[in-house]
Amino acid sequence: MKKLLVLTTALTGVGFAAHADITVLSWGGAYETSQVEGYNKPFTAATSTNVIMTAADNPAAPIKAMVEAGNVTVDVADVEYADAIRLCDEGLLETIDASTLPAAPDGTAATDDFLPGALTDCAVASIVFSTVFAYDSSKIPEGPTKISDFFDLEKFPGKRGLRKGAKANLEMALMADGVAAADVYAMLETPEGIDRAFAKLDTIKAETVWWEAGAQPPQLLADGEVAMTTAYNGRIFAAATAEAKPFVTVWDGQVYEYDMFVIPKGAPNLEGAMEYVKFATSTPQLAEQAKWISYGPARKSSAPLIGLFNDGKTEMAPFMPTSEANLTNALPSSYEFWADRDSELNERFNAWLAAN
Amino acid sequence: MPLPSYATPLERLWRRSYLVICGLIFLFLIAPILIVIPLSFNAEPYFTFTAKMLSFDPTGYSMRWYDLLLTFGMTAPDAARDSSWWADVWNNATWVRAAKNSIIIGFFSTILATVLGTLAALGLSRAEMPYRKTIMAILISPMIVPVIITATGLFFFYSNPCGVIAWAGVEPACFRLTGKYLGVVLAHATLGIPFVIITVTATLIGFDQSLIRASASLGASPSTTFFKVIMPLILPGVVSGALFAFVTSWDEVVMVIFLGAPDQQTLPRQMWNGIREQISPAILSVATILVIISILLLATVELLRRRSERLRGVAPQ
Amino acid sequence: MADVTAQGMTTGDGRLTTTDGRPLKLALAHAQSRNRRRAFLLVAPLLLFIVVTFVLPIGQMLHEAVYNDEFSTHVPELKAWFDANPAAEPDEAAYAALVADFRVAAQERTIGKIGTRLNYDYPGVLSLVKSTGRAVKGMEPPFKDALIAEDERWADPQLWSVMREASSAYTASFMLAAVDLARDKDGAITRAPEERQVYVKLFIRTFVLSGLITLICLILGFPVAHLLATLPMRWSNVLMILVLLPFWTSLLVRTTSWMVLLQGQGVVNNSLVALGLLTDDGRLPMINNQIGTVVAMTHVLLPFMILPLYSVMRPIPPSYVRAARSLGATSWTAFRRVYLPQTLPGIGAGALLVFILAVGYYITPALVGGASGQLISNLIAFHMQDSLNWSLGAALSAILLVLVLVLYWLYDRIVGIDNLKLG
Repeated sequence: MKKLLVLTTALTGVGFAAHADITVLSWGGAYETSQVEGYNKPFTAATSTNVIMTAADNPAAPIKAMVEAGNVTVDVADVEYADAIRLCDEGLLETIDASTLPAAPDGTAATDDFLPGALTDCAVASIVFSTVFAYDSSKIPEGPTKISDFFDLEKFPGKRGLRKGAKANLEMALMADGVAAADVYAMLETPEGIDRAFAKLDTIKAETVWWEAGAQPPQLLADGEVAMTTAYNGRIFAAATAEAKPFVTVWDGQVYEYDMFVIPKGAPNLEGAMEYVKFATSTPQLAEQAKWISYGPARKSSAPLIGLFNDGKTEMAPFMPTSEANLTNALPSSYEFWADRDSELNERFNAWLAAN
Repeated sequence: MPLPSYATPLERLWRRSYLVICGLIFLFLIAPILIVIPLSFNAEPYFTFTAKMLSFDPTGYSMRWYDLLLTFGMTAPDAARDSSWWADVWNNATWVRAAKNSIIIGFFSTILATVLGTLAALGLSRAEMPYRKTIMAILISPMIVPVIITATGLFFFYSNPCGVIAWAGVEPACFRLTGKYLGVVLAHATLGIPFVIITVTATLIGFDQSLIRASASLGASPSTTFFKVIMPLILPGVVSGALFAFVTSWDEVVMVIFLGAPDQQTLPRQMWNGIREQISPAILSVATILVIISILLLATVELLRRRSERLRGVAPQ
Repeated sequence: MADVTAQGMTTGDGRLTTTDGRPLKLALAHAQSRNRRRAFLLVAPLLLFIVVTFVLPIGQMLHEAVYNDEFSTHVPELKAWFDANPAAEPDEAAYAALVADFRVAAQERTIGKIGTRLNYDYPGVLSLVKSTGRAVKGMEPPFKDALIAEDERWADPQLWSVMREASSAYTASFMLAAVDLARDKDGAITRAPEERQVYVKLFIRTFVLSGLITLICLILGFPVAHLLATLPMRWSNVLMILVLLPFWTSLLVRTTSWMVLLQGQGVVNNSLVALGLLTDDGRLPMINNQIGTVVAMTHVLLPFMILPLYSVMRPIPPSYVRAARSLGATSWTAFRRVYLPQTLPGIGAGALLVFILAVGYYITPALVGGASGQLISNLIAFHMQDSLNWSLGAALSAILLVLVLVLYWLYDRIVGIDNLKLG
């Protein structure tokens, strides 16, 4: 009995140990590395608070599940713009007062320093990322250049990789079908537009490998499982630069948007979470993170601080989603559209996927 | 079984091809497990045998993925490898943390499953046990019911363990069990219990119940009888049951996905992340270590089984 | 136990009694019930544990399949109208109740929950509810006209039927949805629209693939079990390790191995290309599809087939087959008429066990199955973790659970749980 008592004490002791840590839920892979290097290590050095990283395919889903079940185990989450709006609308997030965010080094208030739309009631944007498509130039020497090429199985035979979800796929399908970027969302508001997008996806459905985690597409390309794949631009950049893979990004038809830090309601370490969000979205940290992956910082004052990739020779600018040359046929993702339509379009997408 | 002397040539041919077929099936069983071992020493970040590996060029092999297991997640992986480096490994390396979690959770869930399971098996093997079959069916069912269903149920239950009583009209709220070691331990114990029951009841077949009466009539207290008479006889069954329970926990990932927080990241959970994200040969080196552990566990269980059969006199013919 | 010894006496009327004078029959019954109590006390702690950590949670989850109050608790006025007006067409009062509820919900940020619940049964309504939630703030009566002017779907009797159904927390709509059924505007049960018919197909796929895996396991497991059963013990013990090692190896390790073996640049394809059996462009797609699921799961489950077969085959005396041969049967006839019938219990045990385990598999299909190799468990996980339609996930779980329990019951009838052996 005494032994048992000791064991139980040990057991509960383990459960309660190390509670000043904060847990950050993000997207894994190269993006996680950039956050660890850009935010977490300096944060731990400055505050001696440990940061535990954990990954999900899309952190918005577990956040919602956690808050609704009353089981919040993470303090900070990194989610897409539309999901941040949606979660905030549903009352699942703590509000973050933008005026408490640190000012830029030149004294500009945070509210003026962030890019337009980057601050909302519950979320602070950290980066601009983009969904693009990429191929392996050692396998396809005369590579695709247009989004329509991605859907052209005759000109470019081989498997395709696509994210398992409606978002960005529907937009890209319409752009590949000849719809101008500016008209995409107007078209998706109509049932015919959605049918048209699914019909376009139908043309490559049989040849598609579906990915879920952001780290999978570069792996699929490297393993030769697919000829080309959509991906988050930073992942392709990281594989191409850090691992010297012959991957080429096609910017035509890219869909770009903000990624946001949010704090779920009921976060175990709310104070630590607030501190982390303020620290991570400060000017030097956003710039530091951008040295590790090609995502544009959401603060104007961070932009001039970014120079070279951490290898010390690669210029980052051409790889940023927002650089001029990459924006010729680009679509800013509509958070209004996805905040309202995400569930129903994903439901339709999954039914479409399950029907062989 | 050698062929009888009256076998026809056709039968001899059949016999030979039959052995070849069996050999291929054994290969199918074992090759996938062994293939990860050489590949985990790959010097390149690929999953196939490189030309250098095939020609047994030593430069084609390396320990880099095993090294990565130690350094991944460390705060200062490049520091000098002195005692503070090892402390860093011990405290921060992702895979080391996962291994520690696996051991802690496995240990406690095994103890729980073994104690409760052994007692129950003793009761179940008594002829007087009422509703024996039904109760046995309930106790074995965690092994049969798909884990995803159990995990889903526990997810709701753990969110508010007192919520079950809400059916009676009150709505109390109490501590939750998700994201806690205790929650994962209880869940894993539940999954391990059927294995303990099955192995211990198997040992108790042929257990002479009159030994208990003999011991009692000689003046032994029930606890003396248990530790001096019953335990030595069923010990091999209990230990192998415990090993089964441990392996169940050691290998379990669905419960950890549904119920565990990042603090409870176990080895399989970490592998699950790794496989879906970046299947670098580091995963293969973890796999190799796990294969070696399972070989050791298997050897232990086999030895115990033979010992138990010898003790109980049900020696294999 | 000492009071039931043989030192009994015989009373005058010839009945047996114990030394203390009680009738022997009574004393025996007493001792018996005490033994029963003792046996039960040994089992009780575990039974309690299993009830608390297994039976109750599953019961709670099943409850979730028919209970969802996300809509009803957030629209009190509309619910009151539905209760007061059973089977009535929505009038101005109904629309006014809706507007009042939506105003509160928009303020308390519960509008998303209302919309999400309705969207399960009326696809597309979530965005309508959200936009209406923003519009009701400045809305003037008459509310019926105002809402219909906002969006004419508010006049759709189907939507009102869905809202009426959702206004009671106990509902069958998730169970119906789990078998691709729905209610039409009159409340009658019909097939769900074609583009939403998913689950029956997936249940069928799960059963077909599990059956296929069971069959392959039987075909591969039978000869191996037979060999092990007929070899001398010394040899079969050695070969048995080859069966038990996979059994003891982590599921994730084995699944990883299959990823390594089967992928496009994997060991199998590379070997076939190196041998000249395949061209470099003609590599076989063996992963992220049904082939991946079937191959990896067959490997994982094969030991569960071999072990029961072996334990049935081992005690079959070889003399039976020899006798049949000596009576003139060919080896095929001797096998078919004499040996095979004796192995049937093993085939039954192995096949049922493999099938039961296969039906509920999650990890392996999730990792190697791609889109076409997903089983029903993967969809349950999807609804629990991604779409967060917990009630539908619970409803699918309930159906799967019933199917598994039927198989389990069959297993108990045919094989007996007592005969479940490990290694």
